[in-house]
Amino acid sequence: MAAINQFQEFEMDILKEIGNIGAGNAATALATLLNKPVDMGVPTVKRVPFEAIAESVGGDESIVAAVYFRVEGEAPGNMFFMMTPEAAKQLLYHFNSEVSCEHLDFTEMECSTISEIGNILAGSYLSSLADFTHLKMFPTVPGFALDMAGAILSYGLLHMSHTADEALFIDTQFLEGQNQVQGQFFLIPDPDSFHVIFEALGALS
Amino acid sequence: MIEQRNMVKVGMADLNIITEPGIIRTTGLGSCVGVTLYDPLTRIAGMAHVMLPSSSIAREGTLNKAKYADTAIVALVERMVGAGASSARLVAKIAGGSQMFQFAGAGDTLRIGPRNTEVCKQMIQDLRIPLLAEDCGGNHGRTIEIDRDTGILTIRSVQMGVKEL
Repeated sequence: MAAINQFQEFEMDILKEIGNIGAGNAATALATLLNKPVDMGVPTVKRVPFEAIAESVGGDESIVAAVYFRVEGEAPGNMFFMMTPEAAKQLLYHFNSEVSCEHLDFTEMECSTISEIGNILAGSYLSSLADFTHLKMFPTVPGFALDMAGAILSYGLLHMSHTADEALFIDTQFLEGQNQVQGQFFLIPDPDSFHVIFEALGALS
Repeated sequence: MIEQRNMVKVGMADLNIITEPGIIRTTGLGSCVGVTLYDPLTRIAGMAHVMLPSSSIAREGTLNKAKYADTAIVALVERMVGAGASSARLVAKIAGGSQMFQFAGAGDTLRIGPRNTEVCKQMIQDLRIPLLAEDCGGNHGRTIEIDRDTGILTIRSVQMGVKEL
């Protein structure tokens, strides 16, 4: 298994492409759900030392609404769909105009709705990756949390932390036309999954 | 006038100490545990942001002692004693170790918060350091800071507000 700090540039490009394909599909799914155009940013592959994680996700104590999935299958990992609480409310408002955007506390039904939207997006992200790589990957039941970004993201780094002092995550941002709904996808492959992904894509000689 | 205070930051899998007036803090503790040690006489405070229970599962080349409960607390005591604290006077307060997401299917990861807490408490006990207070468990994130002048540990969380230990 290669250490994540030893990846070549072309391997990093492959990981970006993974983000591109997966998040592209998820953005399309979101556009269909919202019936509005959704733009997505160029995926970035971030290599962040653990001690800087909090800064990398919007700084100290920034509060996010997050849906978490454990990815199971041939290339396991962790996946997060994160939004600001405001964006999450806007997203809910698209589906139900009775949702109040003034209060940033979430009812059980609202949490459940966001989880389900996250589920649809994660499913489309992973199924496009599975088609592309011919690897079996599927998400577990979603978990929802409204909390500090650092505390949430650290949960997805535990597998990585056995082998490294830095995390490598594939980050893609997307936004709906009027910028009211913005979100981020983080895919954090387990250390052993990188090899599997590269091999599946023929990048290993 | 807002007083501009000296602040020492501790990142994830990191540890540090403060010897000058001010605070030492770490943000976004989820399943990680923040261990703080304090010497009331010299007023030296230390903090470790522990991520995993045991270094025996480490597969990395050079061991980052701050990452594991079984190595971080010993390393923190060494740092503080090196700066002039007395290991016999140290007292401990800890916070964190929550389960951010609760559902089946994540295997060992599911219990990492409680495991982190258990091992931290065991290590503190083994080093004969009195554990004065703790705020562990639940399913929420925490930001903690300890005031070097008073030894008071302040805990902030989104769901539970602010509390002082």
